[in-house]
Amino acid sequence: MSDKMIDVRDLRVSFGAKEVVKGVSLAVQRGESFGVVGESGSGKSTVLRALAGLNHHWSGEIDFDGVPVGAKRPRAFFRKVQMVFQDPFGSLHPRQTIDRILSEFLAVHGMDDMDGRLNRALEAVALPQSVRFRFPHQLSGGQRQRVAIARALIAEPKVLLLDEPTSALDVSVQAEVLNLLAHLRESRGLTYVMVSHNLSVVAHLCSRLGVMQHGELVEQLSVEDLRARRATHPHTRELVELSRSLETPV
Amino acid sequence: MLADFRAWALDDLATSRRQAAWGRRYRIWLALKANPLAMIGMIIIGLCVILALLAPLLAPHDPAIQDLENRLARPTAEHLLGTDELGRDILSRLLYGGRITLGIVVAVVIMVAPVGLAVGTIAGYFGGWVDKTLMRITDVFLAFPRLILALAFVAALSPGVESAILAIALTAWPPYARIARAETLTVRNSEFIEAVAMTGASSWRIILRHVAPLCVPSLVVRVTLDMASIIITAASLGFLGMGAQPPSPEWGAMIATAKRFILDQWWVALSPCMAILLVSLAFNFLGDGLRDVLDPKQD
Repeated sequence: MSDKMIDVRDLRVSFGAKEVVKGVSLAVQRGESFGVVGESGSGKSTVLRALAGLNHHWSGEIDFDGVPVGAKRPRAFFRKVQMVFQDPFGSLHPRQTIDRILSEFLAVHGMDDMDGRLNRALEAVALPQSVRFRFPHQLSGGQRQRVAIARALIAEPKVLLLDEPTSALDVSVQAEVLNLLAHLRESRGLTYVMVSHNLSVVAHLCSRLGVMQHGELVEQLSVEDLRARRATHPHTRELVELSRSLETPV
Repeated sequence: MLADFRAWALDDLATSRRQAAWGRRYRIWLALKANPLAMIGMIIIGLCVILALLAPLLAPHDPAIQDLENRLARPTAEHLLGTDELGRDILSRLLYGGRITLGIVVAVVIMVAPVGLAVGTIAGYFGGWVDKTLMRITDVFLAFPRLILALAFVAALSPGVESAILAIALTAWPPYARIARAETLTVRNSEFIEAVAMTGASSWRIILRHVAPLCVPSLVVRVTLDMASIIITAASLGFLGMGAQPPSPEWGAMIATAKRFILDQWWVALSPCMAILLVSLAFNFLGDGLRDVLDPKQD
């Protein structure tokens, strides 16, 4: 078995006549955390959705754990790969209790020990048992995103795809959720692919990152290189400058 | 007991699935209770249902017994709403007629709502040629004026209550399919449905367990509002002689026979007219109230 958890070669995605992802290739090692940054419209979320199997209209090759996957994923695929969505207000079913939302995966896969698994998942994301029978609208944004993470964890996946998991949250809550994600990765040996437009978020959680522009992955570099300003592509430098100028205290 | 239930259902820290579900239902009930028109509608409908169910006990006379000596009599203590052209007691006929009319409504709704929901959610969720095919079929049925299609259908079969139910059902489902499809389209690409897809659930499971429940509230509202028009269509078919056949005391048929004496013996036609008006109005009130409570767009 190779060390590559995710191997993407020449991924192309088109919406109608417009090609939005133009031949992206990337590899993520087992246990690694890979960030994808870029402006909105650069195709970064589309890459992630193709990886997750939510977008069926792609070409190229995607391997997970050495196994190539097609447009439609078999049920077993979702035990290996899970996703956390951007908007914690949109990603939880408005009419279902947390209990129902979390147990859906277990019901689909016919897994046993529902109560135990649910409680452990809530515990893992530091949510009290009391939220279990509440509806999403009774929770705060940060709690909702924790529920979304718990939903992904309940599958006991190897890969977690994160689509801007903190961009819809308050800054203080952002840090909490990022630390939670970092902790979970360490304790469970997860592989992350995180998409974000925020360089500092990616630098916080990831060891390596790729920069996307106009549907192409223009540069891949390590976070150390990024911090040491060794980025070579002009767009990466632009993003770095932008991020610094925004974060310089006034 | 009731206070216990109230505290239990409204507890924010629900500790079981059942409690959370009842909490939801109880909140809907509280919102509905705060709406006076909806409550009036609900009480009228409840009364009508009870009266219809208890017709054999409540009716002072047999609805089919004729008394030609006493035809077209004014309301008296013996016949509270008078008698019709064959001397039959109108009050008794009204009570028994409620069974037929409300029975038609219930039968139509039971047939129509699931079909509309299924067609609409399947079309909306799958999209593409499935959507196109199902929606064109819906359009075909929608293109006919309701009463005319029902008339043609009943004429093709044989006149009677069963045919009337079938005919009304055949013409009533397209709007439900459209509503369900519209609701489905608004949630199909939402993240919470994609999140369910990420569990590996089949499309059918997603439609049945996650999409359809979101379409039900607006469908319930529409069905309730439609019940009035189902009653009127049933009565119209009865009036035209295509629905319930004599001597069965269907309200529309009662009006049809009474129209000959509408100027001289107006009370014969008045009672079934009032019954239809009252029940239709009640369903409309209830539907309006339910819309205020259940419409997901007002969350």
